[in-house]
Order: sequence, then C-alpha cells, then structure tokens
Amino acid sequence: MTTINGFINAINDELNKNKEYLTELDGLIGDADHGINMARGFNAVVTKITDEDTDIGATLKKVGMTLISTVGGAAGPLYGTAFMKAGGASVGMTRLDSETVEKMISLALTGIKDRGKAMKGEKTMIDAIEPALEAVRVGIENGNSLIECLEMAIVAAEEGVEFTKSIRATKGRASYLGDRSIGHQDPGATSSLIILKAVTAHYKTKVLEV
Amino acid sequence: MVGIVIVSHSKKVAEGIKDLAMQMVGPEQKIICAGGMEDGGIGTDAVRICDAIQSADSGQGVVVLVDLGSAVISSNLALELLQENGIDTQVTLADAPILEGAISAAVQAFIGGSMKEVVEAAELAREVLKLL
Ligand SMILES: Nc1ncnc2c1ncn2[C@@H]1O[C@H](COP(=O)(O)OP(=O)(O)OP(=O)(O)O)[C@@H](O)[C@H]1O
Ligand SMILES: [Mg+2]
Repeated sequence: MTTINGFINAINDELNKNKEYLTELDGLIGDADHGINMARGFNAVVTKITDEDTDIGATLKKVGMTLISTVGGAAGPLYGTAFMKAGGASVGMTRLDSETVEKMISLALTGIKDRGKAMKGEKTMIDAIEPALEAVRVGIENGNSLIECLEMAIVAAEEGVEFTKSIRATKGRASYLGDRSIGHQDPGATSSLIILKAVTAHYKTKVLEV
Repeated sequence: MVGIVIVSHSKKVAEGIKDLAMQMVGPEQKIICAGGMEDGGIGTDAVRICDAIQSADSGQGVVVLVDLGSAVISSNLALELLQENGIDTQVTLADAPILEGAISAAVQAFIGGSMKEVVEAAELAREVLKLL
C-alpha cells in the first residue's frame, strides 16, 4: 500500500543521501547550506508524520508548516508554501490521479513564484519545476499513465537543471555573484529534481508490488 | 507606540541591532527580535516572525525591518499566516537598511509617530549619506 508517509520518507531518504552534494553546489554560488537546510527540514517532517496520516492534503499542509520553521534558508518558505498549496489541491484524498498531480504541481509552482517574486530563467528551483509541470500536462493530453507523466517530468526537470548552468542568477544568494554564477548548477533546482525522482521511484516500486 | 520587529538570519545581529536602537529610546519602546532559528542556528523562520510581530503589537501596529533574501520571503509569509489565522495586526515591511532603518524607526515610534511615519523614517535611512 502506498501511504503519503511512505512518499515523505522516500523524499527524506534521498535528500539525506544528497545532503553533501546539495551543500557543495550551494557552496559554489551561495552560502553552502542548502543540503543541510533540506535535510534538517525533512528530518523534522518525518518525526511528525506516520502511516496514520492518510489524508494527503492535510499531511502535505503539515509538511509545509514544518518546513517553514525548520529549513532556515529561502528554500524553507518556498518549499513550505509549495507543499501547503499542493496540500490544498488534495484535501481529503487518499490516492492520486494525473489530473490531481497536475493541479498540485501547478498550485505549488504558482505559490513559489508569488512568494519569491521570481520567474523561469532566474536560476532557481522554478527552472526545474515549470518544465516538469509542462511535461505532466503533455502526458495528460496524450493519455499517458501517471507513471509515464512523472517520468516525462523527470526528463524535463533534468533539462531544466542543466539549463540553470547556462544562466546568471538574478534571485537568491547566487545573485550576489552576478556573471560568476554562470557555469554552476542551481542547488534548489537540483533538490526539486531529487524530490521528483524520489516520489516517482517510490510510486513505481509500490505499484509493482500490488 | 508602534512596535518594531528585527528579522535577521543571525540571532546575534538582531540582538545587536536591538541594543543599539534601545539606546535611543526608553524601555517602554517595543523592539522584538526574530533572529535565526529556534535552535540558535542561522536562518529565518516565518513562525518565529509571526510570534515576534504579535509580541511587538500594542494596538498601534508593527513595522518589520529585514536583512537579506529569505528574511524578506519568510516575513511576507508570516504576514500571510497572521491573516489566515484571523490576526488583524497592522504590519508593514520597511524597505530599508536593517541597522540604520531600525534606529530611525525606533526614534520615530518612541516619539509617537504613526505607522506611516515610522515606515517613512526607516525608508529615509536608505538615502542618508555617511561620508559627507
Ligand atoms: N526568490 C526565489 N524564488 C525561487 N527560488 C529561490 C529564490 N531564492 C532562492 N531560491 C532557491 O533557493 C535555493 C537556495 O536555498 P537555500 O536553502 O540554500 O537558501 P539560501 O539562499 O541560503 O537562503 P537565504 O536567503 O536565507 O540566504 C536556490 O538554489 C534557489 O533555487
Ligand atoms: Mg543557501
């Protein structure tokens, strides 16, 4: 059985595995704390959620509130807002379909953009999430399964992360570096990709189990 | 009196700014720090900012001074959380340098300035030249 707790734990595992990697990326263009921030946030999240939390929306709101007060960096209020908005699109639900997932990512992305006053092309997490959302939409239009949609989203997010290397940061700590931020990959876009991959991998193993 | 909140990534920075500003005003002026994380680490926390805003309010509103990056993002989120929880404190973020802005704001608040006057005083600190 897939529980939302299982997904959250899968995200936590992957972020902890990539803690040093994300921190190194942030060290090159920021204040070298992104991996530490994300791991601290999700380590706090997993202590607050159990298999008893079955309402996906309510659980994601709890995840968001916890991230807000434990992550510390810009990723805290941004991912916090994203999870709360995604939760708003899935209140009362215990399973998800492609349309709901599309709505969740869409509201999360709008939340991040409003909160951080940023858009695509500024070398942030938005550069991974927006292409992922567009890929999910294409998948739905083509009648693909949820797994196929998520796999398409991963490919698009990977391209988005790659794209962040080619551009200058105009938001966040990396913007202090100006042109010297070019050539480096954005840590927040990278953590978004890691989260998307963790969710997809977890979903695949669970679906195959049934 | 209008209350003041200092939001910094660092607990020490917020407290240091408060110390400097308190020298200019009487002990009844409310200046509340929201510096760093609950555990003392570097960072910003919207929930701590909400609490600080509520402690700073004595009915005439609160002006928030911020340092960089996520201090702004977390403070804006804090305003939204207050609103969602039905707390109708009048709050404004001042677009000002945090140290000079806090000192100007504190003086203006202490002499009985309105919210608008306190915000203006803080924001005027942006234009004050130091080397002239
Ligand atoms: N305004 C913004 N909009 C969208 N994403 C942002 C914004 N600012 C930063 N980010 C994302 O956050 C990531 C950095 O997260 P991290 O947790 O390291 O915060 P930080 O930059 O250290 O925060 P702080 O502002 O407190 O210094 C960046 O790589 C970027 O993807
Ligand atoms: Mg950082």
